[in-house]
Amino acid sequence: MGLAKRIIPCLDVNMGRVVKGVNFINLQDAGDPVEIAKEYDAQGADEICFLDITASSDGRGLILEVIEKVAEQVFIPLTVGGGVREVEDVRRLLNAGADKVSINTAAVINPDLVAAASSRFGSQCIVVAIDARRQRKSAREEWEVYTHGGRKSTGLDALAWGLKMQLFGAGEILLTSMDRDGTKNGFDLELTAAMSRKLDIPVIASGGVGKLIDFLDGINVGLADALLAASVFHFGEIKISEVKKMMSQNGIQVRL
Amino acid sequence: MALTVIVDYGMGNIKSVAKAVAAVSGKNEVAITSDPKKVEVADRVVFPGQGAMSDCLRELDARGLREIIKEAARNKPFLGICIGLQMLFEFSEENGGACLNLFKGKVVRFANGKMERGRKLKVPHMGWNNVRQESSHPIWKGIPDNGRFYFVHSYFVSAEQKNTVFGSTYYSHWFDSAVGSENVFAVQFHPEKSQALGLRLLSNFVNWDGCT
Repeated sequence: MGLAKRIIPCLDVNMGRVVKGVNFINLQDAGDPVEIAKEYDAQGADEICFLDITASSDGRGLILEVIEKVAEQVFIPLTVGGGVREVEDVRRLLNAGADKVSINTAAVINPDLVAAASSRFGSQCIVVAIDARRQRKSAREEWEVYTHGGRKSTGLDALAWGLKMQLFGAGEILLTSMDRDGTKNGFDLELTAAMSRKLDIPVIASGGVGKLIDFLDGINVGLADALLAASVFHFGEIKISEVKKMMSQNGIQVRL
Repeated sequence: MALTVIVDYGMGNIKSVAKAVAAVSGKNEVAITSDPKKVEVADRVVFPGQGAMSDCLRELDARGLREIIKEAARNKPFLGICIGLQMLFEFSEENGGACLNLFKGKVVRFANGKMERGRKLKVPHMGWNNVRQESSHPIWKGIPDNGRFYFVHSYFVSAEQKNTVFGSTYYSHWFDSAVGSENVFAVQFHPEKSQALGLRLLSNFVNWDGCT
């Protein structure tokens, strides 16, 4: 009994299509967000995260159509991020059927956006995404916030930034280690644990999952409240049901 | 043809609720409305809510919905969800004030910084948790005891009359996660986001005649 740790697959969407090749054998169309979301729902995903990476401005509206369609068939929480710049963007996504909206770069440029969006729609639907990279400063290592998909340094300390975003009304932090992202060497457990200890709101760990054991460490050592992964799920290397079974066998609460 | 309305008073994401209710309603009509007259003629009322309680009550009043909601809660199948449950109570810590006063009891915030087994209990209480069924009810039909539903909230209700409590959930302590009385059933969790069990609950509601 008790609150379950969440497992969240993340899909990159470009011009309304899923990219970074999803590799389920039983799908008719591996680029169709609706089909993929349904498959993850069936596998036991606790939420689904969509990251809109559409660069061209005329493709921007396509994510709304995607969310509309997914929300008609998949009845678990849907988080959408990417390109959210103003309160109106948040409203449009929520109206399309998103349950939470994730804000990253725009929060750094204009922190008041987080305050305005959370007071308008409630903290429960505002996620602040933080991309953090290790920096050696004086004697100890710290983590710095990066924006623009990890390309631009901000000079902000990730832990202090997380705390500020909590004060500004974020309901949850999606924390990605830029050092681990894509490496398959496991989550940055120190970073995740430091953030989770510091904040009162839930922390989702992201970046670096490669093996089954990484999920267990993310919860037990990283103290994460939820775990997000992309490629290991997309390529079927690890199944969500396997993760949950293993976590349950190790005494972690999951929704089976 | 029966009509279920989802009451829209401008707070939060009610699209999800409408889509889930529509998915279990077959040919029956499902409408989102902020029109008191449409609430009055509806066969069933779903009363959702997200965000801050004081904003919810203010927006409800701005649309002239307060009395019609109280009226509906007296005479037709009525489902409160999340803040739509909390608003049915007497008093909330959140706005230090009165709510709709249909259930005796109050709305209280989870304490920040509580520890359990070396971990901080985060607020909001966010994710899938078990609902222990305290009594049988037509709304629980086909739903296993201790089934998991999706929660996201920082406040919880504490009912004074324990015979109105139909579900309890543990998060640092037990709290009332489903309450009901006659034609009213209200839940802290989000059935519209709780996959198969949530859809079953909504299906039970749209087939419920309001008798227990």
